[in-house]
Amino acid sequence: MVSEPRKIRIEIDKKSCKRCGICQGLCPQAVYSLAKDGSPEITNPERCTNCRLCDLRCPDFAITLEVLA
Amino acid sequence: MALSYKDYLEQSQLPHMWCPGCGDGIILRAYTEALAELNLAPKDVVTVTGIGCWGKADDYLSTQAFHGTHGRALAFATGIKTANPDLTVVTLMGDGDAVTIGGNHFIHAARRNVNLTAIVTNNYNYGMTGGQYSATTPLESKTTTSPNGVAEPGFDVCFLAEAAGANFVARTTVYHAVALKNLIKEGILHPGFSLVEVISPCPTYFGRFNVHPSPVNMMNWLKEKAIPVQKYRELPLEEQHEHFAVGKLVKKDRPDFYTTYRRINGGKKGAEEGDTNGR
Amino acid sequence: MNRPVGVQFMQGNEACVYAALDAGAKFYGGYPITPSSEIAELSAKFLPQVDGVYLQMEDEIGSIAAIIGASAAGQKSYTATSGPGFSLMQENLGMAVYAEVPLVLINVMRNGPSTGLATRPAQGDVMQARWGTHGDHPIIALSPGSVQECYDLTVRAFNLSEKYRIPVILLGDEVIGHMRESLTIPEADKLEIINRKLPTVPAQGYKPYQTDEDDIPAIPPYGTDYIVHISSSCHDESGYSHSAPQTADKLVQRLHRKIDKNKKDIIQVEWFGPEQADLTIIAYGAISRVAKQAVINAQDKGLSVNLLRLITLWPFADEEVKAALEKAKAILVPELNLGQIVHEVERLNTFGPPVHSLSRIDGEILIPAQIMEKIEEVLK
Repeated sequence: MVSEPRKIRIEIDKKSCKRCGICQGLCPQAVYSLAKDGSPEITNPERCTNCRLCDLRCPDFAITLEVLA
Repeated sequence: MALSYKDYLEQSQLPHMWCPGCGDGIILRAYTEALAELNLAPKDVVTVTGIGCWGKADDYLSTQAFHGTHGRALAFATGIKTANPDLTVVTLMGDGDAVTIGGNHFIHAARRNVNLTAIVTNNYNYGMTGGQYSATTPLESKTTTSPNGVAEPGFDVCFLAEAAGANFVARTTVYHAVALKNLIKEGILHPGFSLVEVISPCPTYFGRFNVHPSPVNMMNWLKEKAIPVQKYRELPLEEQHEHFAVGKLVKKDRPDFYTTYRRINGGKKGAEEGDTNGR
Repeated sequence: MNRPVGVQFMQGNEACVYAALDAGAKFYGGYPITPSSEIAELSAKFLPQVDGVYLQMEDEIGSIAAIIGASAAGQKSYTATSGPGFSLMQENLGMAVYAEVPLVLINVMRNGPSTGLATRPAQGDVMQARWGTHGDHPIIALSPGSVQECYDLTVRAFNLSEKYRIPVILLGDEVIGHMRESLTIPEADKLEIINRKLPTVPAQGYKPYQTDEDDIPAIPPYGTDYIVHISSSCHDESGYSHSAPQTADKLVQRLHRKIDKNKKDIIQVEWFGPEQADLTIIAYGAISRVAKQAVINAQDKGLSVNLLRLITLWPFADEEVKAALEKAKAILVPELNLGQIVHEVERLNTFGPPVHSLSRIDGEILIPAQIMEKIEEVLK
């Protein structure tokens, strides 16, 4: 039996983000990439497994993950 | 309604003042997440802070708060908790607060076994004042007051707490964000003095001078340095020196100060029950 | 415990403890030090009997921190110490002033500086009580001159502390602390006990440091529905850190205003001897007793001498001292230090009478004959 991959909505609050790069640098699934200015961009959202490590490790409370039904 | 970590943050005070990649925000996230999962009302929690980067944490919290003088957080917290054992008291201290200027209060709070939780952020230096060495800075590390390397060895914070008599002693890092949250929860729930030491990056100073200025590299450095306690104990001595143990190091059930005080001295309130908070 | 009532015979230090308990104190945090240790010992014995806690801390820094914490958690709290411990308490004494946490600090003064003569009296901490902590701040300090006043002023210290949300120092000395004499302890229902005021506004949107015209914040203990944010850093009305220049100015100005405008309520003095005299002695604490005897002896010799006894040392009794300076031909200030209060008297002297100092710092108390000798020299 193969389960449907869950859809995860990732939201980055750009006002809070200080561009430390931790979300991109440590994501086990390479969901993120960095823009020229160091801002994270969500380039592979379909790969997200909702491990929540980016959320928990974001020092600036800038990431919100939401599991879509 | 289930509480979210955001219910413990004072949104009007954010964004915080910490540098990009500073571990303080990750620890604050874990602390508030732990409070939410324990379903503790902000009004029943007193967060006691000292001075330093991590000492600013109370300004971002919506719990009851006491922001005291440098190094004395545990002494203030001892008074708060003993005067009202129904409160959940958590002290947030840096390595300066906890084991340098406040080292005396640290060992005595552990010895007394006051029923509170100390979350000690150890970033191996004084960040707020510009990256000088503290009592946890490793021997020969470069800081702004040890440009050629520090000539003193650093304290092992957990060993200090264990030797002094703490009931619960754990160490983790901000890399291990889930373990961090769970250890804080367990520390709060465990009666008596609980220490959660969190090794945390200061990319701006300690990292830049000794490891790497990049937050990601600092996080990976923490991952390499941290060894689960069981595995750590089996390492040869020279490898132990290159790493630190993470996980639960001490867990015991020595009665806390208030319970013991009431058992010996009597007094109406809680004469039989002692401090039942956190059980 | 059996509360003593009526005429009793005891030490000044003992009287302080009975008074603290009568004022409703439930928490003592301290570190034993001569000549104050009886206060710790009796507190350890009695506090558990009234549902309170005696906590012996690792040092005096921790002691005052613990009672600040306990007071913030809602218990009336006190500590006792002497010179060396008083010095260690200074930083957090300032914190209690700044964060407006009530507490009573009993300093039984001994000879110094440093370890000095631990068992010998002095009055060398008068200026440390006023200015020992850093930064501009008000303070209240009371000086008992008898065992009766050790009781009365300890109760009053708690009342003033609760009323104005400021630490109050009971500045005693080794003589008064260890002296035994009779005192009268009033019936419990005859005592006026003041408790800190509580907020009347809703918990939602409550700001702990928002004040009415009285400039005194209404702050409940931790654990109620009100969120209380107490801070040693510059804070605005919410209690959260705020470093704007106007915030810093506004806070410290208000701290002074709440005391300055209530000086009439806070300041107590006693006049002794003839209303009009050629020489007025200004004295406090143990030395005021010696001065009283000197006034009596002077009268016997036909000399015109009276005494202004300062019961409240800080804030300073400017108006009363000015009245003394205006009326007398000379002023004499005997102290067990090299001259501390005498400078406050000189500060106010736009009236012209010479102000004389009489000092003793060898660990012995001034005796009436020494004051008499000085009176005769001045009035010659």
